Amino acid sequence: MPSITREEVAHLARLARIELSDDELDHLAPQLDQIIGLVAQVSDVAAEDIPPTSHALPLTNVMREDVNVPCLTPEQALSGAPAAEEQRFRVPRILTEEA
Amino acid sequence: MSDLTRKTAVELAELMSSGETSSVEITQAHLDRIGAVDGAVHAFLHVDTEGALAQAADVDARRAAGDELGPLAGVPLALKDVLTQDGVPTTAGSKILEGWKPPYDSTVVKRLKAAGIVILGKTNMDEFAMGSSTENSAYGTTHNPWDLNRIPGGSGGGSSAAISAYQAPLAIGTDTGGSIRQPAAFTGTVGVKPTYGGTSRYGLIALASSLDTPGPCARTTLDAALLHEAIAGYDPMDSTSINQPVPAVVDAARSGDVTGLRIGVVKELGGEGYQPGVEARFHEAVELLTKLGAEVVEVSCPHFQYALPAYYLILPSEASSNLAKFDAMRFGLRVGDDGENDAEQVMRLTREAGFGAEVKRRIMLGTHALSSGYYDAYYGQAQKVRTLIARDFTNAYEQVDVLVSPATPTTAFAIGDRVDDPIAMYKNDLCTIPSNLAGNAAGSFPIGLADEDGMPVGFHVMAPVMRDDLCYLVGAALESAYADQWGGVLMSKAPELEVTR
Repeated sequence: MPSITREEVAHLARLARIELSDDELDHLAPQLDQIIGLVAQVSDVAAEDIPPTSHALPLTNVMREDVNVPCLTPEQALSGAPAAEEQRFRVPRILTEEA
Repeated sequence: MSDLTRKTAVELAELMSSGETSSVEITQAHLDRIGAVDGAVHAFLHVDTEGALAQAADVDARRAAGDELGPLAGVPLALKDVLTQDGVPTTAGSKILEGWKPPYDSTVVKRLKAAGIVILGKTNMDEFAMGSSTENSAYGTTHNPWDLNRIPGGSGGGSSAAISAYQAPLAIGTDTGGSIRQPAAFTGTVGVKPTYGGTSRYGLIALASSLDTPGPCARTTLDAALLHEAIAGYDPMDSTSINQPVPAVVDAARSGDVTGLRIGVVKELGGEGYQPGVEARFHEAVELLTKLGAEVVEVSCPHFQYALPAYYLILPSEASSNLAKFDAMRFGLRVGDDGENDAEQVMRLTREAGFGAEVKRRIMLGTHALSSGYYDAYYGQAQKVRTLIARDFTNAYEQVDVLVSPATPTTAFAIGDRVDDPIAMYKNDLCTIPSNLAGNAAGSFPIGLADEDGMPVGFHVMAPVMRDDLCYLVGAALESAYADQWGGVLMSKAPELEVTR
């Protein structure tokens, strides 16, 4: 019994916005199953009363003074854009016909 | 004059300050060396000939004008392609960023430039630093200069190969689970992961933000310490940067006095799965440290065995979230923008075309680990294990000053050996991962060659948070003791590469 099925992997790919091919799904599903088998070992550790660590060192939030500092020009910000128009990022349509 | 590419950074700096040579000459010598051997090694993804020579000429002019210059001014360096450099192509080893030229310098690059260090170009790496061999690079595998049929380690294999092929005396790496230390071990060089927050992540293309740490690579301990000092220190642009003085790494590298230093050998990092030649060299090095006056004891860190599974939950979770920014909208590749496809479909097609297999594996693993119903069992539990690993370190440091282990269970393996076996590949980082999870400083230092295959072995030193100096202290002690035996650093035993013109 695999810990993750091919269908579940296909679902993850949709959530992660990756258009996997059938061949990739065939290849990835058993590998992910193996890896999940490995990482599931964390559940062998009894840790009910242990606090989680999200970060290596204790942190407090830092605020900076609210002053203007130099930043990228519009030309610099757009310099790596796949498409730009009128000093803006041009993106594909975000709504479908029916919407 | 003897070959400039064989000199250490310290020697090159002396030659420049005495006026015997210039940064332009030194830089040109390294560019020529890159031209001669990079066809076989493939350490570089981009060589910035013009930019490097211009930087070198600038340092020479400032020196001639009598300006005060830093200790590494005019010395060339190879930069891992995961750090942004204004106007220079930066890919992180991924097709999705092919041709991208960042409009700003990372903090590390800013500090390198301020120190007058000459950046030769960008080095190859596993895509988004996910890997232990550079085989996950979208631009081909880097070859280990000790044996071109073997991998140079990863993810920073380009940086370790560049310094061990004498293409640069210094390099920058980044370490999330061992990506500086494992390549250093595999190439007979020095690599240190500073304390997390000791070096800035600003301008570092993020893999796992709670783990990523830039750091130095070099052929000697002192060179690495000087580079460490040049890039380290508080940066207001990184919210997790530590606002404290940089540990005295250069003094430690100059001293190398381990008299009375308490060293703990981690019981759990050895035995089954460890190559005999690696263990033999490791035990010799421990004995050597005892002879040099260190007090060695065995220490148990019982939760280290869970570091690998915890890491492969925490890292993919953070990575899947960090890599969401590659959405085909603001930078990088865009596929399928035909006027019909909507933004989401374009995103799916772009990420399918732009990401390699390992990146897809880890994004999906992270997506799974963070999804509702699994979060507590996977990510939540991994974070608890992270606490237990940090406690193992804290307990150990009550008894000893530093912990030691082999840097890697095996020496560098053959290209292709583990490429389709993710778990075998992940096990490369067994010894290095605990220090990333706990955030402490750690480094790998060369201690000889394994009998089975004649490949380099690394000695791993783990020091407490903000005691990076202790790594260099032990590294320097070993380096000077072995130099007496070998007549130089381990690199002097490396085979000569065939030179093409």
